[in-house]
Amino acid sequence: MGVTYELLLRTFPALARWPSWVVIAIVTGLPALACFTFMALGPLVYVYGERKISAFMQDRLGPMRVGPVGLLQTVADTVKLLFKEAIFPRGVDRRLFVLAPLLVNVGAFMPFVVIPWGARLQPADLNVGVFYVVAIASLSTVGLIMAGWASNNKYALFGAMRSAAQIVSYEIPAVIVLLVPVMIVGSLSLHDITEAQRGGLQSWFLFRYFPIMPVAFLVFFVAGLAETNRAPFDIPEAESELVAGFHTEYSGFFFAMFFMAEYTEMFVFSSVATVLFLGGYQAPLPALQQLGPLPMGWFWLWAKAWLLIFVMMWLRWTLPRSRVDQLMHIAWKVLLPIALALVVVVGGLILLPATAGGFPWDRWVGWPLTIGLVGFLLFVMLRAFRWNRRRAQELAA
Amino acid sequence: MDPRAIHETLVAKFGDTITGAFLEGPSPFAVVAKDAIAEVAAFCKASPDLAFDNLMCLSGVDYPKETPPRMEVVYHLYSYTHLHTFALKVHVPREGPAVPTVEGTWGVANWHERECWDLFGIVFTGHSDMRRILLPDDWEGHPLRRDWQDPEYYNGLHVKPTVQMAERALAGEVIGVGPFDFTPANRHVDE
Amino acid sequence: MAASETVVNDWDARANDADDMDEMVLNMGPQHPATHGVLRVELRTDGEIVKAARPHIGYLHRCFEKHCENVDYPGVMPYADRMDYCAAMGNTLGFALTVEKLCGIQVSPYVDTVRVVMAELQRIASHAVAVGTYTMDIGAFTPFLHLLRDREKILDLFEWTCGARLLYNYNWVGGVSHDLPDGFIRATRDLLREFDAVTYPELLDLIIHNRIFVKRLAHVGVCSPELAISHDLTGPNLRGSGVARDLRKDTPYCGYETYDFEVCVGQGQYGPKGSCFDRNWVRVVEMRESSRILHQALDRLEKMEKADVHEKVPKRVKPPKGEVYFRTEAPRGQLGYYLVSDGNINPYRVKVKSPCFTAMSAFHHLAKGMMIADIIALIGSLDIVLGEIDR
Repeated sequence: MGVTYELLLRTFPALARWPSWVVIAIVTGLPALACFTFMALGPLVYVYGERKISAFMQDRLGPMRVGPVGLLQTVADTVKLLFKEAIFPRGVDRRLFVLAPLLVNVGAFMPFVVIPWGARLQPADLNVGVFYVVAIASLSTVGLIMAGWASNNKYALFGAMRSAAQIVSYEIPAVIVLLVPVMIVGSLSLHDITEAQRGGLQSWFLFRYFPIMPVAFLVFFVAGLAETNRAPFDIPEAESELVAGFHTEYSGFFFAMFFMAEYTEMFVFSSVATVLFLGGYQAPLPALQQLGPLPMGWFWLWAKAWLLIFVMMWLRWTLPRSRVDQLMHIAWKVLLPIALALVVVVGGLILLPATAGGFPWDRWVGWPLTIGLVGFLLFVMLRAFRWNRRRAQELAA
Repeated sequence: MDPRAIHETLVAKFGDTITGAFLEGPSPFAVVAKDAIAEVAAFCKASPDLAFDNLMCLSGVDYPKETPPRMEVVYHLYSYTHLHTFALKVHVPREGPAVPTVEGTWGVANWHERECWDLFGIVFTGHSDMRRILLPDDWEGHPLRRDWQDPEYYNGLHVKPTVQMAERALAGEVIGVGPFDFTPANRHVDE
Repeated sequence: MAASETVVNDWDARANDADDMDEMVLNMGPQHPATHGVLRVELRTDGEIVKAARPHIGYLHRCFEKHCENVDYPGVMPYADRMDYCAAMGNTLGFALTVEKLCGIQVSPYVDTVRVVMAELQRIASHAVAVGTYTMDIGAFTPFLHLLRDREKILDLFEWTCGARLLYNYNWVGGVSHDLPDGFIRATRDLLREFDAVTYPELLDLIIHNRIFVKRLAHVGVCSPELAISHDLTGPNLRGSGVARDLRKDTPYCGYETYDFEVCVGQGQYGPKGSCFDRNWVRVVEMRESSRILHQALDRLEKMEKADVHEKVPKRVKPPKGEVYFRTEAPRGQLGYYLVSDGNINPYRVKVKSPCFTAMSAFHHLAKGMMIADIIALIGSLDIVLGEIDR
């Protein structure tokens, strides 16, 4: 916000003389608008990316006709969806029916307010940043249940219930494991957490405090997959199941809104994970942080979030989906105990006098363990590679 | 066991209820009296020498030209322990055909007998679920009988192609009645 | 018309039972992406648990048996193709062998080998569709496309030989319709080499031994051998329950007794024997065994000199009066033809025992007590094609 005010003041010196409420409105509204526009255009790219990535994994080409290599495919799809008739089935609760996609989108877009795109490039640096993100993201669940209920469709309600149960169950380990970087940094503000990872690749939380942080990252990633209804936890939107999901009855523009919300939520979750574990806007090498006069922080955050989105898509097209009860088992009996254990361990390390003063964990525990594990993994991979090659030769013989 | 030995075992146990046999063809069979088929079936499965634990196929066949006109229900049996096959036949009259069910012996008979009822009209007494299986529930008649005539109306729609339509089609006119419309008259039915 | 004097079945009797008011009646199909055809399954569920499942078939009934009575024996072949449209070579092979048995025709070893090659290629293609669509139902979309890529190559071979990709009218009474073209053997070997070295290991690694896949299937739909035999489950469904019976070994035809291959049986390596996973496992391993048989058959074809494939095809197929029941090992199980001939050029009666029909008769017994998501897993594991069930 301060950045906006300074920039605007430099270009329009007359701004200082305008009534303060106008100035505040412009200075807060402009970044919000820019942020929202940028984010809303995101799904166009994500959907195209998903279709192309899935196609290449499945040994086919994907969209190729609309625009060069199909680049305009999503644009065409969006235009089609916008022009489709928004059908209101008989018996739906109109107000809730319309409100539901709005609420889901609110829950998807609001977290962007606190995502730091640079040292001073953050729409609002709330000092309860993490807490805010988690709280407002749960609004989507309310919208989801509303969608299922208002549809007047037994299968949609079924799907909405399943989905809500899944999201709520996985929020618990996700939130608990978020406490780990928060405890280490000592602040809920996303800006502070990112700053604590300054200095290059080795100071990102993912690569520190081995094995605590990687496990925390994994727990958060799996929980996030389930919260955004992505495979292998996409039971609520599984087409080959009995229930077609909470957005069965939606068509046209409203369906487009749900679709947009899903991909935006994916990006939100990836951004939060990047900020917390992968260093946010910090570059892997300090030298790459500035490209001449141009700060590159936004690029690094974007790139890392995109990497996580790619991994999510990769998983979707590789793994089958879990059944509902197996899903719940993972949340409550696997992820939650691990998350609690992590919090206890990290809390203990912070409180113990021996380690409270910043015990050089990395030098004595982290790096030796990492090197050992990486070496072991390389050894196993080499052996598997050789076994695989031998088996291929046998089979072809 | 070879077919002759199987036949002898059956005759030894059931005597006159095995009314006939034909053991020379590629699929030897024995003819069983209609009302005894359930007991014969149970014996075939339970007997350690025969051990026919699998009913391969249950078919109905319509013989209106035989004297006397009859329908047959043919049971093809197989044993997974002895790996031998045999067939049993049951003659049923064409009016009011009824045969005891063998559903208790082989579970698959449930569906085979429903199909036989559906297409031939043979009632299997004691069956737990005697309903049509392949044809719509409101179909009338049993189509695989040799004297079957395609119906003129189904649910109020006129479905049988008429001679006039056939003449027009043969004259070269495109009458567009659809893909399953004009077929030559059933060749085996005497007009 | 309905036989109302017979015993009322337990489904309808419970309709008025007050205790079951909490039950939900759910309908799957006939239009449904995962029922492999037009199948309607009526479910009675208590929440997620299925209390009863009643399959309704007949949406694809095309009166095959009635048509057979009105056309001559070679004219039956195109109709026979269209029953199990995913494995058409098997259907025509079965009918051709049935009529040949009744007529007493013995084809040359060359024709036998060609028939074996076609049947085994069709088996790989059919199992590719079965396993691929099954994994797609479970949620993994990619193996379907990898398997279909290989199936496309097989269909290209079929098109090269006889001009058709899916419904071939290839096996005739007394021979086959077209001889193998030049270069066929080399093309098939290339295909098999890539299948053996790339597709098959990838399939095993990516999906078959995948933990999520195993957890979904290993304890679901367990079928004991007694239930399987009583309900006439055959082929991979029976072998998945541990019963090692294969018609190509027990009552060989087309020279199968001279080939070296193993009968694939469910191992129960992740759960009880006879689960959905085991039935699927049998199909996967059978693809590998078909590849072995094909290698042997191609070796023989290279050494054999070409014979006229129409040599034994009679001008008019007129079997003597009599009847025969003949079974072959189709990809989906034992396909049986009961043929009654009265000496005319039209068959008197053709009854087809379809393996999927009998497999569906056990559906209700297998589906009791599972969750709705497992119903999809069960239907896919039985590998049904409605064209064959309804004929």
